[in-house]
Amino acid sequence: MTSLANKIQDVFNEPGCGKNQGKSEKERKKGCTKQLAPGAAAGGCAFDGAKIALQPITDVAHLVHGPIACEGNSWDNRGAKSSGSRLYRTGFTTDMSENDVVFGGEKRLYKSIKEILDKYDPPAVFVYQTCVPAMTGDDIGAVCKAASAKFGKPIIPVISPGFVGPKNLGNKLAGEAILDHVIGTVEPEYTTPYDINIIGEYNLAGELWQVKPLLDELGIRILSCISGDAKYHEVASSHRARAAMMVCSKAMINVARKMEERYAIPFFEGSFYGIGDMSDSLREIARLLIERGAPAELMERTEAVIAREEARAWARIAPYKERLSGKRVLLITGGVKSWSVVAALQEAGLEIAGTSVKKSTKEDKEKIKELMGQDAHMIDDMTPREMYKMLKEARADIMLSGGRSQFIALKAKMPWLDINQERHHAYAGYEGMVELVAEIDKALYNPVWAQVRLPAPWEETSWEERATKALEAEAAALAADPERAEEARRSKKVCSCHNVNVGAIEDAARADGLGNLEAIGGATHAGTGCGGCQSKIAEILDAMSGAGAVPASKAA
Amino acid sequence: MALVKHSKKSCAVNPLKMSQPIGGALAFMGVSNCMPVLHGSQGCTSFGLVLFVRHFREAIPLQTTAMNEVATILGGLDNIEQSILNIVKRANPEVIGICSTGVTETKGDDVDGYLKSMRQRRPELADLGIVYVSTPDFKDAFQDGFGKTVAKLIEAFVPQYAEPPQRAPARVNVLAGCHLTPGDIDELRDIIECFGLEPTFLPDLSGSLDGHIPEDFTPTTLGGVTKADIARMGTAGWTLAIGEQMREAALALEARGGVPFALFDRLTGLGANDDFVAFLSKISGRPVPLKIRRLRGQLVDSMLDGHFHFGGKRIAIGAEPDLLWGVGSFLAEMGAEIVGAVTTTKSPLLEKFPAEEVLIGDLEDLEERAARADLIMTHSHGRQAAERLGVPLFRLGLPTFDRLGAAQEVSVGYRGTRNLIFAIGNIFIAQTHEPDTETWRQDIQDHAHAGAPAQGNQLVQIETIV
Repeated sequence: MTSLANKIQDVFNEPGCGKNQGKSEKERKKGCTKQLAPGAAAGGCAFDGAKIALQPITDVAHLVHGPIACEGNSWDNRGAKSSGSRLYRTGFTTDMSENDVVFGGEKRLYKSIKEILDKYDPPAVFVYQTCVPAMTGDDIGAVCKAASAKFGKPIIPVISPGFVGPKNLGNKLAGEAILDHVIGTVEPEYTTPYDINIIGEYNLAGELWQVKPLLDELGIRILSCISGDAKYHEVASSHRARAAMMVCSKAMINVARKMEERYAIPFFEGSFYGIGDMSDSLREIARLLIERGAPAELMERTEAVIAREEARAWARIAPYKERLSGKRVLLITGGVKSWSVVAALQEAGLEIAGTSVKKSTKEDKEKIKELMGQDAHMIDDMTPREMYKMLKEARADIMLSGGRSQFIALKAKMPWLDINQERHHAYAGYEGMVELVAEIDKALYNPVWAQVRLPAPWEETSWEERATKALEAEAAALAADPERAEEARRSKKVCSCHNVNVGAIEDAARADGLGNLEAIGGATHAGTGCGGCQSKIAEILDAMSGAGAVPASKAA
Repeated sequence: MALVKHSKKSCAVNPLKMSQPIGGALAFMGVSNCMPVLHGSQGCTSFGLVLFVRHFREAIPLQTTAMNEVATILGGLDNIEQSILNIVKRANPEVIGICSTGVTETKGDDVDGYLKSMRQRRPELADLGIVYVSTPDFKDAFQDGFGKTVAKLIEAFVPQYAEPPQRAPARVNVLAGCHLTPGDIDELRDIIECFGLEPTFLPDLSGSLDGHIPEDFTPTTLGGVTKADIARMGTAGWTLAIGEQMREAALALEARGGVPFALFDRLTGLGANDDFVAFLSKISGRPVPLKIRRLRGQLVDSMLDGHFHFGGKRIAIGAEPDLLWGVGSFLAEMGAEIVGAVTTTKSPLLEKFPAEEVLIGDLEDLEERAARADLIMTHSHGRQAAERLGVPLFRLGLPTFDRLGAAQEVSVGYRGTRNLIFAIGNIFIAQTHEPDTETWRQDIQDHAHAGAPAQGNQLVQIETIV
């Protein structure tokens, strides 16, 4: 466990990650001890995150060491595609029993590895640690080491039990596992000046294949994609790439940065979503390769491909643009997708009614602001009723979100499109952008909406009407009662980690004339968890100092 | 009739089984105004939530005590209290149902004891129903967690009567196992009400997960049996337990209020439904209504039509014990051969199952047994095996995430059985290939097809008919 604690510490010191760097030394030391609110938390655990990040490696066996819940309840539910082996979609678990809890599960794990090697002969086995064996003290690192030595195949321990933190942390711990045990262990057969790594791309719905033909045309070789449609030996020999692109926001930034540190592979952060982003990414790839010694004519060829593809995409989107322009989209999703999809939708003439920033880092939020201007309506953790209200007030014509929140839209009889991991359509590159626009058009103009929105003839009032009335009554009650309105304003939550509301922050600032983030953090703990609300606290302090409640000198 | 075996493998490959706590959570989802909670790390809940969302295509109420590293080591009792307070504040449910997980059971939190002391400290929660079920992930399976939870709900809410209470003879309790879909429950309600009886279903997924447009947004369950309904179950005339998994709950109810019970281990198939309908007629004192007589006639006819396609078909089934028992037994009655039977957990029914062997194993085991089958029947995770083997898949049980309407599939009662015949029969019919010029050329080498040389006795038979 000590080494796991060190790993987490290391991940939290990640210099490439703005979010971690925004924290003080003391906060970083706390690592992920941040307590999620019991009874009010949603989202995957660190094990889930680690599995998501590595499962797209197609030819290895992914063995989950734990009770049936961890694999049995979740297996084969991601849309990462493979051009070769299907082994990654086979669910392997030790399915620990009571005996294993009492006497230890190491033997069962060792035997499981042997059975897998005998039956399936994969080039490697990834072994995932989960909560229960982490608690009982199964040393999976030692088992993997022994099995590796005995069977002569790499057996990779992935130490990321669910309780250490959220999904995002698991992504990074998975990155650490391949940095420690996989990358750099095999030499490629040959190298070219055009070899790149793509990091943080999972090939969901085959999105990598929407981009790869263009790279092929330019003669750029994907030495390894980490981890979409990857083979083990590709990841193992990825240290010989000339340059790298990091795709998924911060999910695997530690891999990109450490590969730069260890193997001098420069990287940039880019996106394949949206026409502009796609072109920028192609240019950046060419630029980095040329810097590393590829012939300069690569850039000319790249620009030629970009010009041709952009023209083609615009021509294909044009017929939709007229139908879609002015339509408002509510975008509920996390992290990378928020800002990269925003750019894409604007190209199709759609307006963004709002976007959630639940899993986004501070930088993500700034990118959204930059893209959408000052009226970016970002919604932190909307409740279902608020989502309905937003849809209802005709401020949105369609909702784009992950599968879990779709029912809010569908029960409100509102068009909906899946843009998360479980989706079935691929939206990357120029091709994907056209596909996304076509799908939105299809959803918006489906005649079914007119049908389902008609009330049953015998019904006197619909539930929508009742909900609207309730919302109106609430608003009227607030307007009529300034005391309650003030109370409602003060009770708005600012810091989710420590459950601190506007009122508490204002009181703290007033009581002691405290005027800066650190002092507020000391008094109320606000902003000392994930740090995501620090900008909001600053806004509150700014507003107060403007109103003269706190001396301006202290508010700085 | 069957030899019950346990898989000897260390490593489960392509699991059939799902864990106990989410079985418990599903039972809580059939209780009105309830918030199920898994006492574990947030991933425990997240996986279960996604599984149910994909199956039911509904918003699913399911919370977590969000155990982190420190709480996992030092004990998560504070997290329980915090999550209860948070849920009351945010959702104000009538019932909070807590299932333990592998994480908290490994640590060994004494949740029952803690809840007792919390009750004393927090009199303001007196009206809140809190039900705790011990459901370690590393023991038993989904069906067991469901059964234990129903028994716990009875122990929590049905009062213990010292004297046998005054009975309401028209009221019947129906304990509905997890092999029943919301559609099945609706079907049973119709049948029971035909006899003038008033059924109370526990749990009642037909109210909460039947896929309807709700009256309002609610963070808790959308419908289901209320706490007050459960409390009245001790004074009902009879208890009908549907599924062997409900035996423990039926016994608990008998112990509380002396309610006599009848257990129906399956309601798929003609004979099984004849028993059920006759029993209802007996306890209600009413003749079988015309409507049900007609449904019986229709089932008989569909069995006659269907048997041509079922006879001799080789079927491999992977399902939890009660579902395996219900569907498998009926298919055997239709003339099919069960060439592979894989299940998740122990049950007294398994050794009576009409197959040579029943294996407690995984989908890899089923795939081995299905190599020469005409049909695979299991949940959606069987799709990879079916594709590899080129054998059609009939989706049976939870999770069914790649087909619509899993919650409305009906396979109980005369009508449900008839539906099942049509659905499976049509797959067999779709499998028959139109012949072309090459069909018979191959058949000369492959004697398995219809063009094979006739056996002596068949010729004799034809002559006799002529």
